[in-house]
Amino acid sequence: MIRFLVTRLLSLCVSLIAASVVIFCVIEVIPGDPAAFMLGLNANPDTVAALREDLGLTGDALSRYFSWTTGMLTGDFGTSYTYRVPVSELVSDRLLVSLPLAVYALILSTALALPVGMIAAMRRGTLTDVGIMGTTQLGIAVPNFWFAMLLVLLFAVSLRLFSAGGFPGWDAGFLAGLKALTLPAVSLAFPQASILARITRSALLETLNQDYIRTARAKGLTERQTIVGHALRNALIPVMTIIGLQFAFLLAGAVIIENVFFLPGLGRLIFQGITQRDLVVVESVVMLLVFAVVMVNFLVDVAYAAIDPRLRIRT
Amino acid sequence: MKPTPSLITGAILTVFFLSLAGVSYLWTPFPVEQLDIGRKLQPPGSLFWLGTDHFGRDTASMLMVGARTSIGVAILAVGIGIGIGVPLGLAAAANHGSLFDEVIMRGNDLVFAFPALVIAILITAVFGPSAVNAILAIGIFNIPVFARISRGGALSLWTLDYVLAARVAGKRSFRISVEHILPNIANLLLVQGTIQFSLGILAEAGLSYVGLGAQPPTPSWGRMLADAQTMIYMAPRLAVFPGLAIVLMVLGLNLLGDGLRDHLDPRIRRLRQ
Amino acid sequence: MTRVPETKSPAPSPRSTFPPFRASAGLLLEVAGLNLAISGTPILSNVALRIHAGKIIGVVGESGSGKTLTALTVMGLLPPGAATTGSVRMDGQDLLALDEPAMCRIRGNRIGMIFQEPMTALNPVRTIGDQVAETLLIHGMANRGEAVRIARQRLDRVGLPEPEFPLDRYPHQLSGGQRQRVCIALAIALRPQLLIADEPTTALDVSTQAQILDLLLSLVADDGMSLMLITHDLAVVASLADDIAVMRNGRVVDGAPANSLFARDGHPYTRQLLAASQHRPLRASPATEVPATSGDKTEVDIGGVPAERDHRGGDRIAGRRDAATLLRVTGAVRDYALARKGLFRKPPVRRAVDGVSFSLDAGESLGLVGESGCGKSTLARAILGLEPLQAGAITLQGTPVTAVPAVRPSLRRNMQVVFQDPYGSFNPRHRVLRLVSEPFFLNETPLSASDIRERVAESLVSVGLAPDAMEKYIHEFSGGQRQRIAIARALVLRPRLMVLDEAVSSLDVSIRAQILDLLAELQGQHDLAYLFISHDLTVIRAVTDRVIVMKTGRIVEAGETESVLESPTHPYTRHLIQSAPKIPAHWLQETGHGPPPQ
Repeated sequence: MIRFLVTRLLSLCVSLIAASVVIFCVIEVIPGDPAAFMLGLNANPDTVAALREDLGLTGDALSRYFSWTTGMLTGDFGTSYTYRVPVSELVSDRLLVSLPLAVYALILSTALALPVGMIAAMRRGTLTDVGIMGTTQLGIAVPNFWFAMLLVLLFAVSLRLFSAGGFPGWDAGFLAGLKALTLPAVSLAFPQASILARITRSALLETLNQDYIRTARAKGLTERQTIVGHALRNALIPVMTIIGLQFAFLLAGAVIIENVFFLPGLGRLIFQGITQRDLVVVESVVMLLVFAVVMVNFLVDVAYAAIDPRLRIRT
Repeated sequence: MKPTPSLITGAILTVFFLSLAGVSYLWTPFPVEQLDIGRKLQPPGSLFWLGTDHFGRDTASMLMVGARTSIGVAILAVGIGIGIGVPLGLAAAANHGSLFDEVIMRGNDLVFAFPALVIAILITAVFGPSAVNAILAIGIFNIPVFARISRGGALSLWTLDYVLAARVAGKRSFRISVEHILPNIANLLLVQGTIQFSLGILAEAGLSYVGLGAQPPTPSWGRMLADAQTMIYMAPRLAVFPGLAIVLMVLGLNLLGDGLRDHLDPRIRRLRQ
Repeated sequence: MTRVPETKSPAPSPRSTFPPFRASAGLLLEVAGLNLAISGTPILSNVALRIHAGKIIGVVGESGSGKTLTALTVMGLLPPGAATTGSVRMDGQDLLALDEPAMCRIRGNRIGMIFQEPMTALNPVRTIGDQVAETLLIHGMANRGEAVRIARQRLDRVGLPEPEFPLDRYPHQLSGGQRQRVCIALAIALRPQLLIADEPTTALDVSTQAQILDLLLSLVADDGMSLMLITHDLAVVASLADDIAVMRNGRVVDGAPANSLFARDGHPYTRQLLAASQHRPLRASPATEVPATSGDKTEVDIGGVPAERDHRGGDRIAGRRDAATLLRVTGAVRDYALARKGLFRKPPVRRAVDGVSFSLDAGESLGLVGESGCGKSTLARAILGLEPLQAGAITLQGTPVTAVPAVRPSLRRNMQVVFQDPYGSFNPRHRVLRLVSEPFFLNETPLSASDIRERVAESLVSVGLAPDAMEKYIHEFSGGQRQRIAIARALVLRPRLMVLDEAVSSLDVSIRAQILDLLAELQGQHDLAYLFISHDLTVIRAVTDRVIVMKTGRIVEAGETESVLESPTHPYTRHLIQSAPKIPAHWLQETGHGPPPQ
């Protein structure tokens, strides 16, 4: 188990280093002079030089890369050029919106998808199954931002139950904050839940075809006992992969939804950074998101090993 | 074997949108570049089948040309994925366990570690928003998908005796990959291709919705939705049609993919017979 | 595994009633007039079986005979869409009439079942102790602590004692034979009256098979359990069962006490099965002509094998060295790199072939016997130039065969191969013409299309197929026909050496007999040398002149097939021969089916 963890941690570090190199290249090397890029084509060369000095962009690419990465290791993500505040400060503010939104959507999606997928698998071929599969087929096809617009039309414009967007901040009270996040979370969760329900169903059906299910039935287990005692834990392995990927997606991929609902989240921060050519913000936030994705994948791997004893000895 | 209902429905929807896009090159009810404020926000009727938008453009015509944009971007992105991913995957499988294989697989993992949409936004931001950059951004994420699936499929085929028989007949791994492996993973690629196609449609819609896809005046479904959002209180209808178009196109492709998989997978086929 | 159970009654029963089993007290289970259809397709018709308390009934049949589905019907585990008529009575109760909850109370409690594939039969994420205890818990027969204690006892009983096999082992930590023992333990946890074993040893090596069969036999003898043993192998049931039922196409065609089954008046199909399983093709064997020349007892290096172990093999190789040695393997070593233990550590190495030497003459048949993992298939691939050697050399007609650089086409065309799996041997997307003509790739000057067609047709005819088969796809052929096509492909270049890697192992006995005949005939016509790789001693005995016995990568014994199999010198060979189930010789001699006395 310890060797397993060490190997996984090592490969996690390798991924992070590789990712940081790629991000650095895309943002600081490929566009040429980042300071000139940030100020646009008609910038005064003196201003560009001043900005370069200001942002610590002097020196060759290699030394800049090392100062960037070592800075991140000590919590220094640089200073935003547009906001004139440390990026770490910006990020922690935005995380207070994005993280709860992602967790909220993930809870909604998982709580909905797992039981629905299980019911579909257990009643395969029946009308219930066909109905569930049809709905999820639709759910996968719906772009979440369009679904969000429909929700706004229905619940904000027609029924006036929710506001159409914005975030009052957690200072306005937990419930008020939660309410503001509800429509965004639902619109994020519905397509995700559709995917997860289908995965749950097919993983469970796949598992139910295995030889050990027949062994369990030959022992005298009822179909229900077989599913709970033998199929579920094995089927959980592919399901967990998807949950892990979805959490990463929800954290990082909510860009568009945050735009629809005018939420001050991480995704919106990146988007603003890009439109305002604030490369320091973009670079650090993207790195942070990659870190989150890699971390979640790592945790999923560790959870695998907890479920599947075969993985504990393999490296 | 009789095709399943989902295969038929999927094929019909897909062909419908493909021909819509095709016809738009030759004919649309109204020209889409032409703005006519005088006839803005017309309701659907016999003249404007689906009404007009706030610039007086015909929604039906816009949808037809928009289909062209969406499908074009998604197909080319799938093309990039297959064109680069499949040879990489086949080569990795042919040299299973080698350093090359290891590098390809780790490279795949790396691409998967990036939040796809964010990177797509990043690419279009650095290189400027355009349809071509949208294709590149979506295409890059298709490469590891196809590399992984063709490597996996090829690896299971490499253990089969007919590959050994071909080696006994003196054939090299390149020839075997082309002659024996590729035709037998074609089904897999076809099914995955329709899935990536539909994901491409969704991604293109998302990118053009935030203004990073095809640039005006070229109509695209995502852009139409973004425009509609500003008019959501006045003309909610405008937000409905492009969304429906996306849903039906993606639904059609997904049904087609599922149907093809059931139709082509001999394991499932045998069960049904 | 040659002992015959003592419980057998010597007197054969009258064959007037059908099924003609002894009318004895203690009838445990009676299947009568059983018909089964799945989605409208009839599978079983009018199946009748009787199982007596404390007895073993063997159910024998080729693939598709319905033997497994009969067992699943008894268990009430049929796939959806199955419809049955008739009755399955146990203690007067008709199991077919019971509802699902009632059947759940019977399964695992009164009837246990084990399956063919032990590698996948256990839940990979739960411990073996947990899986055995579950049988007890599910039936409410024990509380947690008691169930664990009984699970321990049962695992001890099936030969998995502490401390080597603690309850918290996971299935992946056990071998196939050990997993089958766990399956038996969980099936007998509640001491059921009947245990159904569906091909329990087919996936296992002979020596493991013998141990598992011994275990089953002792469970019957000690615990008074009845056993329904389903198998395709007549020899397995013959050595074990009290009664035997023979099934074919969903019907029971013959049934009798085991010792009278092969009597002269038995059912023709039973006799046909028996004849096929014992079949020895007529062949003009060099072995029967040569012995006179192998007089000189020169001690010869035959690769890492101490000379005293193989005096017979040694002299033959010496005697024929000058004649027409086709293939020579000298000190061959093949290592595989295993998975790395650590990121920066050198991967460990497994030696699959360890200093093997032998030679094969033109027109000769050499058998290569060994259990799975002994390196025989690796050796075959090295001979075909598909895998590099780490040491030693292989020569064909005096020219070295190497994987890197690849063998020259002119040399390669002299050796071809036939594999085990008739389904995986062909690209499903090509027509037979293209499949069979694939070796022509080795021709330096390409043949014309019409020449290719002519040669393919010729080759197909010589394996007993019509020339127009070349226009069809492979899925249009049966397993036996596919193996003929595989032989046609191997034959099309008129090679000198044909490697047959378990080429008849996956075929039913009657098809196997036909293919063996075909191989013998072709050998005579084309002066082919065969390297015949098999785990099956019956097949080796039937078709080879000389045999090599391999164990963990080394040759342990080599010599004339007949003398090695009759009087083995190495303990491992002896063990292999003793482990292989046999039909008791005196039954066969009475009936005139047996091989002629040597």
